[in-house]
Amino acid sequence: MDPVQIAIAERVRVQHQHHTKPQFFWVWGALLVMTAIEVYLTYQNMEPVRMLTILMGLSLIKAGLIIAYFMHLKFEVSRMKWLTMCALVTCLALMMIFFPDAVRILTMAVK
Amino acid sequence: MADHVVPQDAPSIYEPSLFGTYSKKIGMWLFLLSDSLTFGALLYAYSYGRISTTNWPTPFHSESIVNATIMTAFLLTSSLTMVLAVRASADRQPKAQLLWLLATMLCGTGFIVLHGREWTKLIAEGLTLPLFPAVPGHETASEFANVSKTVPQFASTFFGLTGMHMLHVTLGVVYLGVVALRRKFIPILLVCWLVAWLATPSYSPFHYGAHVLLAAAVVCSVILWLKPKVYDSSDVEVAGLYWHFVDLVWMFIFPLVYLMSAKIL
Repeated sequence: MDPVQIAIAERVRVQHQHHTKPQFFWVWGALLVMTAIEVYLTYQNMEPVRMLTILMGLSLIKAGLIIAYFMHLKFEVSRMKWLTMCALVTCLALMMIFFPDAVRILTMAVK
Repeated sequence: MADHVVPQDAPSIYEPSLFGTYSKKIGMWLFLLSDSLTFGALLYAYSYGRISTTNWPTPFHSESIVNATIMTAFLLTSSLTMVLAVRASADRQPKAQLLWLLATMLCGTGFIVLHGREWTKLIAEGLTLPLFPAVPGHETASEFANVSKTVPQFASTFFGLTGMHMLHVTLGVVYLGVVALRRKFIPILLVCWLVAWLATPSYSPFHYGAHVLLAAAVVCSVILWLKPKVYDSSDVEVAGLYWHFVDLVWMFIFPLVYLMSAKIL
């Protein structure tokens, strides 16, 4: 390995000192439990909008855990966290502009 | 002008990174941000179809839900093994790193096989796209065939979304294989291509889809022979970011596509 590669490998080693193995297993267990809750809720015959809200809420928590712990973003500098997440959330939120049109089709469809 | 940016008496020729990390990792984060918009657009298209269609089908029986739940467990477990591989590489334990990477690939392959079986079953039952060849000798007047005729958006968005994800998982397994085994992985990839191509019937979409493995083998060969290098812990970490992203996307596809379309008897 060249000196740059060695320096980067050392940086990776230092950055990953935040993590402990039990932490990974806790996150994995929490993700599995939330998945089981989602499947359980599917068979509870709930109203679709309510079920969608709960499922998306759980999915967002799961996504947060994966990004924070597995993708290590929790331990990055705050500039990295804010720029990446704000850019992503803004772009995804802007795509919601299409949903009113979907509702329009539903209520004003050609009979 | 450049002197104002990098002073001559600076201890290093490089400025410290704006994001406090190395450029390879920032590059992968930028790619993942753009890729999340691709999946975001597909998920929004699926949701748009669902909102705007009154008779949106809910065709997935408990067998499909159980299969998708096992697939989810495979992906979540693969994320755990991937993060343990990153940890092993950071601690300079090459043997443990290799074993965890192989375990991740195994879980990913399990996901692909289960997903392929699910697709094959659905296509045989009549949920299909016009571009898929007809399955000979199968009943086409089933519930799924009816869904394909009355709400064609369902099959289009279902196959588009899950197919794009399956492609990402496949390329992820190839990526990990290259990082773990380097040139030794190329013959394995070619054997997988031959098996996938010859073992699937000509009417299956996987018969032609298997050529993705051949294309991947060619691209990986070019990279590995033109720029041979020892993949270090930063490469494993960057590959891990990609793998976790694939897992992350499934956390939205699973409830939206499968659980919200479950058939409750």
